[in-house]
Amino acid sequence: MTLTFFWIFGVIAMAGGLLCITRKNPIGSALWLVVTLFALAAMYVLLDAQFIAALQVLVYAGAIMVLFLFVIMLLNLGRPGPSDIKGPVGVGVAALLAGTLLLQLRVLGQAAPPEAIQLPAGTMAALQQQGMVAAVAGPLFDAYLIPFEITSLLLLAAIVGAVVLAKRKL
Amino acid sequence: MTGTAVDLIWLAPALALLGFVLNGALALWRPTAKAAVTVIGVGVLAGAFAVGIAVVSAFAGLHSEVPVVIRYWSWMPVGTLQIDAALQVDQLSAVMLLVVTGVGSLIHIFSVGYMKEDAGYARYFAYLNLFIFFMLVLVLGANFPVMFVGWEGVGLCSYLLIGFWFNEKVNADAGKKAFIVNRIGDFGFLVAMFILFWSTGSLDFHEVFAKAPTLLTAGGGAVTALTLFLFLGCTGKSAQIPLYTWLPDAMQGPTPVSALIHAATMVTAGVYLVARCNVLFALAPISGAVVAGVGALTALFAATIALKQWDIKRVLAYSTISQLGYMFVGVGTGAMAAGIFHLVTHAFFKALLFLGSGSVIYAMHHAYHATHSHEDAQDMRNMGGLRRHMPWTAALMWIATLAIAGVPPLSGFFSKDEILGAAFIRGTAQPVWLVFWGLGLAAALLTAFYMTRLMLYTFHGPNRTGADAQAHLHEAPWVMTAPLVVLGVLSAAGGLINLPELYGGSAWLQHWLEPVTKAGAALLPEAHVSTGVEWTLVAIAVAVAATGIVGAWRLLKPEALVPARAAAPERGLAKVLRNKWYVDEAYDFFVVQPLIWLSREVLWKQVDQRVLDGAGVNGAARGARALGWLGARLQTGQVGIYVTLFVVGVLAILWRVVGGGGG
Amino acid sequence: MLLGPALAISAVLFTLGVAGVLLRRNAIVIFMCVELMLNAVNLTFVALAQRLGVGGQVFVFFVMAVAAAEAAVGLAIILAVYRHKQTVNLQNINILKG
Repeated sequence: MTLTFFWIFGVIAMAGGLLCITRKNPIGSALWLVVTLFALAAMYVLLDAQFIAALQVLVYAGAIMVLFLFVIMLLNLGRPGPSDIKGPVGVGVAALLAGTLLLQLRVLGQAAPPEAIQLPAGTMAALQQQGMVAAVAGPLFDAYLIPFEITSLLLLAAIVGAVVLAKRKL
Repeated sequence: MTGTAVDLIWLAPALALLGFVLNGALALWRPTAKAAVTVIGVGVLAGAFAVGIAVVSAFAGLHSEVPVVIRYWSWMPVGTLQIDAALQVDQLSAVMLLVVTGVGSLIHIFSVGYMKEDAGYARYFAYLNLFIFFMLVLVLGANFPVMFVGWEGVGLCSYLLIGFWFNEKVNADAGKKAFIVNRIGDFGFLVAMFILFWSTGSLDFHEVFAKAPTLLTAGGGAVTALTLFLFLGCTGKSAQIPLYTWLPDAMQGPTPVSALIHAATMVTAGVYLVARCNVLFALAPISGAVVAGVGALTALFAATIALKQWDIKRVLAYSTISQLGYMFVGVGTGAMAAGIFHLVTHAFFKALLFLGSGSVIYAMHHAYHATHSHEDAQDMRNMGGLRRHMPWTAALMWIATLAIAGVPPLSGFFSKDEILGAAFIRGTAQPVWLVFWGLGLAAALLTAFYMTRLMLYTFHGPNRTGADAQAHLHEAPWVMTAPLVVLGVLSAAGGLINLPELYGGSAWLQHWLEPVTKAGAALLPEAHVSTGVEWTLVAIAVAVAATGIVGAWRLLKPEALVPARAAAPERGLAKVLRNKWYVDEAYDFFVVQPLIWLSREVLWKQVDQRVLDGAGVNGAARGARALGWLGARLQTGQVGIYVTLFVVGVLAILWRVVGGGGG
Repeated sequence: MLLGPALAISAVLFTLGVAGVLLRRNAIVIFMCVELMLNAVNLTFVALAQRLGVGGQVFVFFVMAVAAAEAAVGLAIILAVYRHKQTVNLQNINILKG
């Protein structure tokens, strides 16, 4: 059951990705990317990462893509205009390189998957009790505290940078 | 180290070198300090001569049968070859040492007068001292490389001194010619050294001559090739056929230089070399014959040219070449002592002849200078009757002339006779040596003839210098004539050092040189002739000399001569002889011009311009620029291109990962 | 069980992202394709987190935070460039030439 649903959402994600990269209109690309992101969120749920799924919708689809759409509309790129897809030579090169990449990734993917870690007895039950949010939040404030704090600094820098770069006059 | 005065041997070349340094410094910074230069220049030579006497006396006192070799430092230790900076005192180098420093001192004293008014006085003495230094290194060296240093060094000094008045092209050209022709000979010397090392593994005189009889097969290819190449070096340095052409041109230098370098010392280096390597030449009979043959031929050939030269120094130059030929006949026959004997006597009378001619030229120059005339001061047709103005010079030069012609009892008679006798004796066993003897005799006849001719035209008959210039002709100052007197005495009495047993003498020089020459003499066939034959040879020699002198006196008419400017050009055989058998022209046509063509058309235009500049230097530049152009293609500023290349790079890395770890 | 398919889908999405970057000239669309690549990687992490522990999900958390920061700054840069060049077509923006 899970597998079927997984594949359904997987196909939606791939189709969305393909359509995203082939639309002439940037708005179209953005919207199809949103579709892909939603499908991915569904896949996360099926992979037992509910917290991440929620974050995906909230942050990625909700904030980042909205930002994209704002910028596109700000620059008045939504109108139909000359296509920005490269000519036949570009398509050829892209197809060649992407194809090679896919092949290589498939080969890598054939490799034996790593051994599953042995969780101590009763951990899964405890996790079920806690919920996934707590499962993620625990290490976040525990083992990965310093990266957490640095990320906040990073976000601060990004805010300041975005403001400085986009202002007309400082 | 012997603990005697022999240890002081290093002082002789060192003094000469010191003279060079000091005079050189003076030449650079105080060229007008002529008194200081004179003191230093002559002083170091006198000092070197004194050292020479001390060393030789001490050495004689040692009664040593082996050379005294003093090693100063290890110069080139290479693998199994050990070359030291070492000097050697033995009987042969002792003789050469005394000749070089003794005659050298006299010529230095003469130069004080001769070069007095020259602006380059200090430079002259600096070069002259340097020459003495190198010549001493040459004769005192204990191994081939040290000797070669001296060999090259005297070539250098010869170049510097021939082109002393380099502001005139003809003098500079003469210097160049001397050096370049010498180089060809030096190539021979070097090849000989290589063969020697290859065959014997050493370059020390002591070792080589001891090992040679065992390591080198007598008459074999190696030793014959080696000695022939050595002789090639000798033909260059000692002006024999085919490399003699530089010596007549070298007369462009100051006359004392001609006396010292091109008569008494440097040109005898070749004879010294053959005498030193007597063992090697004894092992190669073919080479010995070649040496004697070339010597005899050169003796006759040069004598024929001297018959028709008008420049007084040219006559003496060709005479030197001819006499050197005699010396080579001597050493080629294996009579080393005879060759060295003639070397010594020749140094005396040839130096005297050159210095005498220097006095004549000095007087002629002054006469022409006083009358503002531009005639050639060295042309015999402008001279004549000078014995009335320069009696001392005339008398002394007559002594030298009689010596060189081989008139007894003067020195030249004994030395020449001994050489011819050695050739004849060898000829009784092998007929080819008789040919050499015959050539030598013919050359002796011509020598007597042309020397008498020189004296006749210069000192006798009417004077052709011109009435007003005549009044200014006078004897040279005493500083110039005194050395001539000393040389005159030596030329007359020099025969005493090797008076043959035939006359009841003790052949002192021959016995003195025996420790050096006996190794080679042991390998040569013994030959003797009866006393009767010996006396006959003497009579023939005297008759030849007398014929030459009397013949010249009778046949030549100085009254018929005309001053050079008005003289008619020669015709026929006289023209050929005057133009030196056109040898220089032949060399130019067959050797020099093709080389120039090769250098210009091939080496310069093709190799240097096309290959090295075009392909090498410019080609490299063009290649770099092409690579740069290629690189610039990448810097388009297009982000799209950059990204594509980025992805290509990632794929390449992945390829390695996939290839290594995955499928 | 879901690991194989998840990795396959992730590979395809990543390739699509690369192809998009190579195909398009519009700066913003290229940016979106980069985001697509990031998401593909996130999928890989989450899929492997099932097997190897919750550290994978924590990492995805960080990826998202950084992607957000990157998107903000990147779009601000595009805005600034647009102000100067009046275009976001990368072919016309070659100030880095030479």
